[in-house]
Amino acid sequence: MFAYVVKRLISGVLVVALVSMAIFLLFWYGPSSPAQPVCDRETSNRCTPARLEVYEKTLGYDNPVYEEYGKFVKGVFVGRTITIASSEYQCSAPCLGVSFRTKQPVKEELVSRMPATFSVAIGGAFLYLLFGVPIGVAAARRRGTVTDKALVSSFLFISSIPYYLFALLTWLYLTLTFPVPLFSDTGYFSFFSEGPWKWFSGLFLAWVALGIFGCTQYTRFTRGAMVEALSEDYIRTAKAKGLPARTIVYKHGLRAALVPVVTIFGIDFGTLLAGTIFTERIFEIQGIGWWSLQAVQGRDLPVVQATALFSAVVLIISNLLVDVVYSVLDPRVRLS
Amino acid sequence: MTSVPMTQSSAAAAAEADGPFLQVEDLKVTFPTEDGPVTAVQGLSYSVAKGKTLGIVGESGSGKSVSSMAVMGLHDTKSAQISGSIRVGGTEVVGLSESRMRGLRGNSMAMIFQDALAALHPFYKIGGQLEEAYLVHHSGASKRDARRKAIEMLDRVGIPQPDRRVDDFPHQFSGGMRQRAMIAMGLINDPSLLIADEPTTALDVTVQAQILDLLQDLQREFNSAVIIITHDLGVIAEMADDVLVMYAGRCVEYGTAKQILTTPEMPYTWGLLSSIPDLSASTDARLIPIPGNPPSLLRPPSGCSFHPRCVHSDKVPGDLCVTELPELLPASSGTAHLKRCHLADPIAVYQDEVLPEIAPDLVEETR
Repeated sequence: MFAYVVKRLISGVLVVALVSMAIFLLFWYGPSSPAQPVCDRETSNRCTPARLEVYEKTLGYDNPVYEEYGKFVKGVFVGRTITIASSEYQCSAPCLGVSFRTKQPVKEELVSRMPATFSVAIGGAFLYLLFGVPIGVAAARRRGTVTDKALVSSFLFISSIPYYLFALLTWLYLTLTFPVPLFSDTGYFSFFSEGPWKWFSGLFLAWVALGIFGCTQYTRFTRGAMVEALSEDYIRTAKAKGLPARTIVYKHGLRAALVPVVTIFGIDFGTLLAGTIFTERIFEIQGIGWWSLQAVQGRDLPVVQATALFSAVVLIISNLLVDVVYSVLDPRVRLS
Repeated sequence: MTSVPMTQSSAAAAAEADGPFLQVEDLKVTFPTEDGPVTAVQGLSYSVAKGKTLGIVGESGSGKSVSSMAVMGLHDTKSAQISGSIRVGGTEVVGLSESRMRGLRGNSMAMIFQDALAALHPFYKIGGQLEEAYLVHHSGASKRDARRKAIEMLDRVGIPQPDRRVDDFPHQFSGGMRQRAMIAMGLINDPSLLIADEPTTALDVTVQAQILDLLQDLQREFNSAVIIITHDLGVIAEMADDVLVMYAGRCVEYGTAKQILTTPEMPYTWGLLSSIPDLSASTDARLIPIPGNPPSLLRPPSGCSFHPRCVHSDKVPGDLCVTELPELLPASSGTAHLKRCHLADPIAVYQDEVLPEIAPDLVEETR
């Protein structure tokens, strides 16, 4: 088990390295010079070729790409000083660059936006499971009945709406048309400095939108896995032993049905942690998703690079965790 | 729950007074499907006394398992309609409430299944699954008692080092050991009725023999009534006191093992006997299959359901086989021997046409 985790961590680090190279190359060979956005910004869109050259030189974009990638990697481990035109910026390890817009080290901004994104992700994922799994189990137990069909078709209806539309409509109706008292002031407020209630009420609608939309998929997924598990031979054995229905469904059925659900959940949760662009944008939560959207719009290359890298790391870690949990759930899976 | 031991003892007493432990009468099991009702079992009657073994033989889909699952109450009450009477130790099981049924299942009657790898839960330890079966019917017992009992049962069914293997998962057991564990689980509450649904089908031949021996030993020890479901007449010859041959949901022949194996009177039973490969025959001798396929239960054939496949139906005058379902009547070899066939003199047909084909040496001996 330990050896397996170490092996997976090593291969995960390799994947991160490859992803970072890919991201670096994409920006280097983009349609315009990587220095163009920052030059435009600082000269108020009067970026002459001569000015551009100054920016390219100070940012090192006239050097070969591998040399600059080397500097980037070195910065991640020991930190570096970044020069943009005539100003110098100290960037301590792990240095992910300096934002072209705020001139702040990207890492610090990333860390400061994590609580908002993580709050959204944990609450949303909690609702996925809280509603998705029990409703899925209930539908599977009533398989073929009117209740089952009503649940399945209404949930299919919800999940066929594009998520951005669903979230937007949720926001529109619940904050403007029919404002929900106490919850209409959406946004992220620090749990510690502004209090748990403010934190909760600001995120509530975002959780509702994310939770309802996500739980429909978990319901369908759990239902499918559960129907399959309940038709297994070992369920018949459990019944033949004289076990009560509750034990059969939960201890024998759900335990087996959870394995595929956990797999999907791990990946979904990783995606949520990497930042939920639509949710954060619509509910005005200034997390990583919102930040990366701003960075794309403002051509803030170091931030785009950092958020892309961050989501790669989060997904790799969540995949590793899924595999470890998998081996705990299913004794037949040997991690070696 | 305190009343359970009392009802059990009174049930046992009633059974002793009333004869056979299991008595099935006119059992009918119907499943409604989108294409119409499917009657998987009808008009089935049999009984098994304690210490006796009934073998149920037939092809896939003949209703062997369906009828046994009805005895265990394993059919979904929403999707299966069961009528007739099933008395287990004097208790009428058809229409019994789910909670009372649960008190019987795994306790006074148990079932072991064909594919033990699929029938044991892959995520729980063997010991845990055995303990669970014990604890659910012994609410006063502690976890330690249950574990001791589980180890004892594993030891009894011949699992080596049971105190260690009890913590293994099913996938760590070999096929034969899994079936042994399955049997241990079935017998952990000392049931008076054990139903073994093709217990040896998934096993290789040497292990098959061991499992059958084990079942016989255990039956002697526990004095339980045993139903063994199989399509292997070798298993029947080895195990059964009585034999029930099923075809298309009906009993087509019923008698002692000796009667069925030596003087069968129903062409379907002949077909089953003929299709046994002869190990001593030359390697280019052809196997003799029963022509055709088992009928669809959705639209069963008219008359005798075996007539489309029966090679002897031309010996019956007129088209009686096609128009009329033969009744289950006493056969010529004895009163306890029943058969469902229109043939006027089946013994003669068997002696002249069937026996020479399947056992030429036997014909020599009888002449």
